[in-house]
Amino acid sequence: MKQHILEFWVGVFVMLGIAALVFLSLQVAGGGSGSLKSGSSYTVYANFTDIGGLKVKAPVKASGVVVGRVSGISLNPQTYEAQVSMELAENYTFSSDVAAQILTSGILGEQYIGLQQGGDPDNLQNGDTIAITNSAMVLENLIGKFMAGIIDKQE
Amino acid sequence: MNFFRTVGRNTLNFIRAMGAGTLFLFDILAHSGDSILRPRLTVRQIYFAGVMSLLIVTVSGLFMGLVLGLQVYNILVQFKAADALGFAVAAALLREIGPVLAALLFASSAGGAMTSEIGLMKTTEQIEAMNVMAVNPVARIVAPRFWAGVLSMPVLAAVCNVAGIYGAYLIGVQHLGLDAGIFWSQMQAGVEWRYDVLNSLIKSFVFGAAVTLVAVYQGFHCQPTAEGILRATTRTVVISALAILAWDFVLTAFMFSG
Repeated sequence: MKQHILEFWVGVFVMLGIAALVFLSLQVAGGGSGSLKSGSSYTVYANFTDIGGLKVKAPVKASGVVVGRVSGISLNPQTYEAQVSMELAENYTFSSDVAAQILTSGILGEQYIGLQQGGDPDNLQNGDTIAITNSAMVLENLIGKFMAGIIDKQE
Repeated sequence: MNFFRTVGRNTLNFIRAMGAGTLFLFDILAHSGDSILRPRLTVRQIYFAGVMSLLIVTVSGLFMGLVLGLQVYNILVQFKAADALGFAVAAALLREIGPVLAALLFASSAGGAMTSEIGLMKTTEQIEAMNVMAVNPVARIVAPRFWAGVLSMPVLAAVCNVAGIYGAYLIGVQHLGLDAGIFWSQMQAGVEWRYDVLNSLIKSFVFGAAVTLVAVYQGFHCQPTAEGILRATTRTVVISALAILAWDFVLTAFMFSG
């Protein structure tokens, strides 16, 4: 086979591979928009009595907009509360009395942290802990309370 | 007594083969200057190894995506989570099936072809002729094929992944009627560039190196007879299939266990 025909097909082959990688990076992986770049974020903490099914890398949203990611979950050995650390993008600042709540997208969907801006003039700094938190709604607890209510009414 | 001797002999043979393979790899690396600096021969081998495998890899990837789409849908729909089909298929393809499938196909088509080609060269004493002409056969024959395999494999795996995801799209969106927007957005939310795409690429690089090393080693060290070539080709396919699956386990354990 002539060298230039061969080179043509190898060129097509390589370009096809690059196109496939671009497709995988942009269309399938979403262009990396899901993850925050390190260096442009700050870390804050929040304690919850129950985090339900929250996972590391779950989104942190304010008004539905993703502003950060959960970076770590651990149990505080003194208070037996779950300590959640999250990385927030540096271009979003929140007041120090911001409220954090664990919410669910859909009934069986992923759990995420919702932030509700407060009124305090001071801003949340790197390493701060969010004071006002609202734990995850656990379906079993809700059903348990509901059933208890029904039984109380009947008696 | 005989049993222990058999075990001992096989163990020693295995270690000897691993050592010889590693030395052969060093030999290839030491003599691969020409195939990188003057890539004429390598380009030629990329054509035979990569471009010629493109069709079978694409079609197999497409069918794998179609099958995965149907099967995963059947399971997910029980949990009312059929929307996650795109992510499930994309993750399965990128992390495991795409690189492994492409590498297995590459081993059986291009790997076998490499072994029998080099084996035939050895049988017809072309390699001896090169030695006589002071042309290093490793630099001239083996290294271009090795690098062609190492470079082709990631391309083939990426194409296989894309074909599979397109197959899942055809089944999920066109056939089963899922929403196209949710299909893609679930996939984009779940698949991460570094975790999935880059690891997929690394896997296919490793598989490419493993398969082509086995193929050229078997070809270069085969018995120079018709039967020897046959045996070497069979061994290439068997050993590289085992090597792919073993390496896949090791790489998965490192990449996805945390």
